[in-house]
Amino acid sequence: MSLDDQPPGGPSAGADDAPVPAGAASSRAPLRRLRLRVLRYNPREPQVPARFETYELDEADNMTLFLALEEVRDRLDASLAYDFVCRAGICGSCAMLVNGRPRLACRTLTGGLPAEITLAPLPVFELVQDLSVDTGKWMRALGERLHAWLHAQHVEPDLDAIEERMDPDVAEKLYELDRCIECGCCVAACGTAQMRVDFVGGVGLNKIARFHLDPRDTRTDADYYELIGDDDGVFGCLGLMACHDLCPKELPLRTQIAFLRRRMVRAGLSGK
Amino acid sequence: MALAGTNAAAPRPRASRMPARLDLLESGTGLLLALFMLVHTLFAASILLGPEASATMARAFEGYYLFGRSYPAIVGAFTTLIVLMFVVHAVLAMRKAPSGWAAYSRFHGNRGRLAHADTTLWWWQVVTGAVVGLTATIHLYHILANPGGLGPYESAQQVWSGRMWPLYLVLLPAVELHVGIGLYRLAMKWGWFEDDRSTRTRRRLKLAMWGLIGSYVLLGLTALGAYAKLGYEQALDPSTAPAMHAP
Repeated sequence: MSLDDQPPGGPSAGADDAPVPAGAASSRAPLRRLRLRVLRYNPREPQVPARFETYELDEADNMTLFLALEEVRDRLDASLAYDFVCRAGICGSCAMLVNGRPRLACRTLTGGLPAEITLAPLPVFELVQDLSVDTGKWMRALGERLHAWLHAQHVEPDLDAIEERMDPDVAEKLYELDRCIECGCCVAACGTAQMRVDFVGGVGLNKIARFHLDPRDTRTDADYYELIGDDDGVFGCLGLMACHDLCPKELPLRTQIAFLRRRMVRAGLSGK
Repeated sequence: MALAGTNAAAPRPRASRMPARLDLLESGTGLLLALFMLVHTLFAASILLGPEASATMARAFEGYYLFGRSYPAIVGAFTTLIVLMFVVHAVLAMRKAPSGWAAYSRFHGNRGRLAHADTTLWWWQVVTGAVVGLTATIHLYHILANPGGLGPYESAQQVWSGRMWPLYLVLLPAVELHVGIGLYRLAMKWGWFEDDRSTRTRRRLKLAMWGLIGSYVLLGLTALGAYAKLGYEQALDPSTAPAMHAP
């Protein structure tokens, strides 16, 4: 929860965005009266213009933004729309802009935020209503476009054969990249994704890095070049590193993208 | 052989290799120009050791100590090479800037919301790049148009009497910022100096970047001041300056 301890826009935000070790003070802050300013809009009711609505509620000890939203919906406004499933930072549904920065509501403590909190839906993705966006549609299209599944060259897998062993170090690295929950924070934070509709973002490049690492995947660099060897792929990345700094799962996106850039340049230079 | 579970067997036009080449060319010209600028500022600052040191440096660049006489064409040829890289780098880097109002406002909406240092740094690259693109063009043309004009007294005269100092006052901080940020970003983009503590590496490189920028701006401004002072003295009393190069 390291990012939760940084007040967005505060002194630390501009100075160094690399994750910092978790501090202990945030949950000990005195309980306050919170003001949640929520951007509200329903695309199915276009006659009602987009507006901010403010909800006031008492902060509770160790309150997450998700719990605050639950309280708003239970007691103040049942029509407020936002997504959640797991409440534990695993499903990636509750990503939203918290004071301008993409975060998971369930993993953001209100104690680490100022008393007035502005919430808005993630940009780039299709708006469902209020804070709810359709990341699923975007992610599915991305997976199809990037062929983000294991490509094994044996046409007929032998179901009786003993499964190939994998080196534990490789498996560990694979799991690390597999921790992506497709919450969309990297895409919402990405300056390139704002300018290029078809840019694959940190999530897309991480997927390619994951299969590139997998010894069971028989694709070569030339194959991957076909998928990400253009300005909507790895060469579109400006190296702003917002994806890396704002990933709620703290995935090593910067190093993965740098790795792919080197590999894809080599593949591009060796091919005709 | 078809890849299992894909339609990769279906004929598809092969992706162009051009994006890879252009990406490498953009970074490569940037790196060479940045290294050139680091050395250039040091040589220009030789004025701080006195006009004689600076004159020796200028004669060295013209091949005097190699061939026994000065060949200003060497400087001309080298400058032409720099101009070429400068143009290639500018054209390739310009592709990345927001094109049109919509992209511009979306990028800046995001930048403002995030308050994210490295996103903002890139925007500085766009701005300083544009400033360098305009001002360095004048400087480079001036070098090309005055073969044999290399030397402390010639430069001092240009800086002061030729009224180039306001241009250099803009060009100098812009170019040092662009070089410093550019080198840091190159390291980040390509994963240089990467180890298992990439967060620490990044923090250190960021520190090194600001240190480099600060010291080079300081050095450059001091040198510019020295040229201006020398030029001012020459303008007051032309006899203090040695004879200019014959055309």
